Amino acid sequence: MLGNEAIARGAYEAGVKVSAAYPGTPSTEISEYIAGYDEIYAEWSPNEKVATEVAIGASISGVRAMASMKHVGVNVASDPLYTVSYSGVGGGLVLVAADDPGLYSSQNEQDTRCVARAAQVPVLEPSDSQEAKDFVKLAYKLSEEYDTPIILRTTTRLAHSQGSVTLEEREQIEDKVYERNAGKYVMMPANAIKRHLYVEQRMKKMAEDGNHFAINKAEYKDTSIGFITSGIPYQYVKEACPNASVLKLGMVYPLPRKLIEEFASRVETLYVFEELEPVIEEQVKSWGIKVIGKELFTVQGEYSANMIRERILKETVMERKPVEVPARPPILCPGCPHRSVFSVLNKLGIHAAGDIGCYTLGAVAPLNVIDTTICMGASISTLHGMEKGKGKEYIKNWVAVIGDSTFMHTGVNSLMNMVYNQATGTVIILDNSTTGMTGHQDHAATGKTLKGEIVPAINIYKLCQAMGIEHIIEVNAFDIKELERIIKEEVERDSISVIITKSPCVLLKGNVFPYKCKVEKDRCKKCGMCLKPGCPALTKKEDGTIAIDATMCNGCGLCEQLCKFDAIVKESVK
Amino acid sequence: MTRNIMIVGVGGQGTLLTSRILGGIMLDAGYDVKLSEVHGMAQRGGSVVTFVRYGEEVAEPIVEEGQADVLIAFETLEALRYAHFLKKDGVLIVNEQRIDPITVVTGLANYPEHIIEDLEKEYTVYKMDAMEEAKKIGNAKVFNIIILGMAAKHMDFSKEAWLKIIEKTVPKKTVEINSKAFLIGYEQ
Repeated sequence: MLGNEAIARGAYEAGVKVSAAYPGTPSTEISEYIAGYDEIYAEWSPNEKVATEVAIGASISGVRAMASMKHVGVNVASDPLYTVSYSGVGGGLVLVAADDPGLYSSQNEQDTRCVARAAQVPVLEPSDSQEAKDFVKLAYKLSEEYDTPIILRTTTRLAHSQGSVTLEEREQIEDKVYERNAGKYVMMPANAIKRHLYVEQRMKKMAEDGNHFAINKAEYKDTSIGFITSGIPYQYVKEACPNASVLKLGMVYPLPRKLIEEFASRVETLYVFEELEPVIEEQVKSWGIKVIGKELFTVQGEYSANMIRERILKETVMERKPVEVPARPPILCPGCPHRSVFSVLNKLGIHAAGDIGCYTLGAVAPLNVIDTTICMGASISTLHGMEKGKGKEYIKNWVAVIGDSTFMHTGVNSLMNMVYNQATGTVIILDNSTTGMTGHQDHAATGKTLKGEIVPAINIYKLCQAMGIEHIIEVNAFDIKELERIIKEEVERDSISVIITKSPCVLLKGNVFPYKCKVEKDRCKKCGMCLKPGCPALTKKEDGTIAIDATMCNGCGLCEQLCKFDAIVKESVK
Repeated sequence: MTRNIMIVGVGGQGTLLTSRILGGIMLDAGYDVKLSEVHGMAQRGGSVVTFVRYGEEVAEPIVEEGQADVLIAFETLEALRYAHFLKKDGVLIVNEQRIDPITVVTGLANYPEHIIEDLEKEYTVYKMDAMEEAKKIGNAKVFNIIILGMAAKHMDFSKEAWLKIIEKTVPKKTVEINSKAFLIGYEQ
């Protein structure tokens, strides 16, 4: 079972009734698996703040609830998170946060444990799929017992690894009766100040009780070497040093001081082996315990057993050295509508303030269109800031580009700001009718829910219209002549405009173009125009002519439009 | 004794199906199995790696440098990129297919020449142009199952067990062609 599937199973077995999330690698599959359980209401919310608040509402009403997100989603959710730490819960409340050491699919490498410490929220960290399921169930018990939300922290390696899991029945959890309790749930100053005291007591008690939690476990073997570790790094320790003593922490915040002090006193050399920030290490060092941690191990990327073999055991791990080979970074798919839009922007020499999605790949060669990418929704607001900084003439060769899902996530706020503060910039909404990068999840503007129900779709055009934007143009993303004309016109305009480029993601089911592109070799002048957008189906042959790989081509016809000599033709396929 | 298998290739080449078959056969044989794969952005035509480990009790879900018993490469450059993950006596199964990375297409880098010849100097290599073989039996997509068939000979399962798990894992309509593809690789 995939780690994420095990988390979903844990939610099911724990009697969870409500789940809310916004997709984000590596957390997405949790919701997709939860959606398969009829007993759980599960939704895609527009963003992580909303998802967390939905889960909080369900918890206050008296049922168990889950919100899941990637690490940067926790930033979006941090507003409700910091305060629900004060108010506590009704039904158990678990927030799953998936960190991404090594940045497989993220814009930073932040450590959720730092957020949890600041928000005073306890964190459990499983180290395989079985624990992922078990810890979810335990998290609900702790949440209700200690009146606190619990963060279940995972990482990419846990979320996307599979291991065996023993299944159990769903617990029959009675809904709690809701009773008005303003002192607990209305966080205005007079109430919150009292709850803050409660939070301090709660965390002290949990730290104390943590000394006896079964998930915080000292395994004494050879005591000449000891490791304090948790999560996936625990497995690396077991792999490299199966005979070492290990203190495996299932709860990584707050930390069980007595247990750690005892472990430290019984081993000769003590290491803390934790990915990302030295969260455990700094706390342990503050107690005057001698440990080795980040002196030896990095704060960047994923760990491995080989790191221990090389740096502690001084073993040679590789018989043969890696060879320098050309990088193979991810690229936009053949037939991707983003490529078409970017090829026009590239031709016009227009810079783009970018956003988070597959289209971030517009930042790299050969498209080189996107100049900035900060976080979800930032394209529109950063463009606005540029205009306010340097004036409206300055941004006449700039646009903001944002996907439909990201626009619904937080882009819409930024667009409201542009309208309100009289911006003149041009926003391109790359509407491919899905959340593409995370693997095609629906959102409020697609007309379908996580559970597959057909619902009215929010109309992005009308939404922009309702904000009072006058110039909104919808255009087929593959009509490059029209697109060029529109973009030229709109960037020159001294008022805000929105261009919605429409064409569904080519990987969406049922969206294959009924064509394949083919080169008429004798007409090919070897000019290379068709290669400019960097479609992976096209290659230059040794004689300089172009070949199109029919198994890769999705028939979008962008190359056909770019060829001035009619050397590329679209052929119908059945 | 834990056995370590790696599948490397280019996003979209069907590594996930292959790893599902691998994981399935190991579980059916009663082993502890851990499998780790790449999702998300990296899948979009990038270099992808899947790790599969089986044994009595498996700790970490990844295969590390110098540890792989079998490295299955769906593309030649990817074979070169990950070859050093092999153990001294590990075997490399490589599909002789060239897919240019964008860095080569845009002229930033050159696709190395004589990759397989160079690899053969240092490693035990089994190679096949599986795409060509797959086309011969009428479906280019099953090239990965041909390669899996070649790799299967270096693992601890019977031919019958492989055919059974393929039948269980692939869509019903494609059982026949996938079984045929598997045998091409297995009986090479």
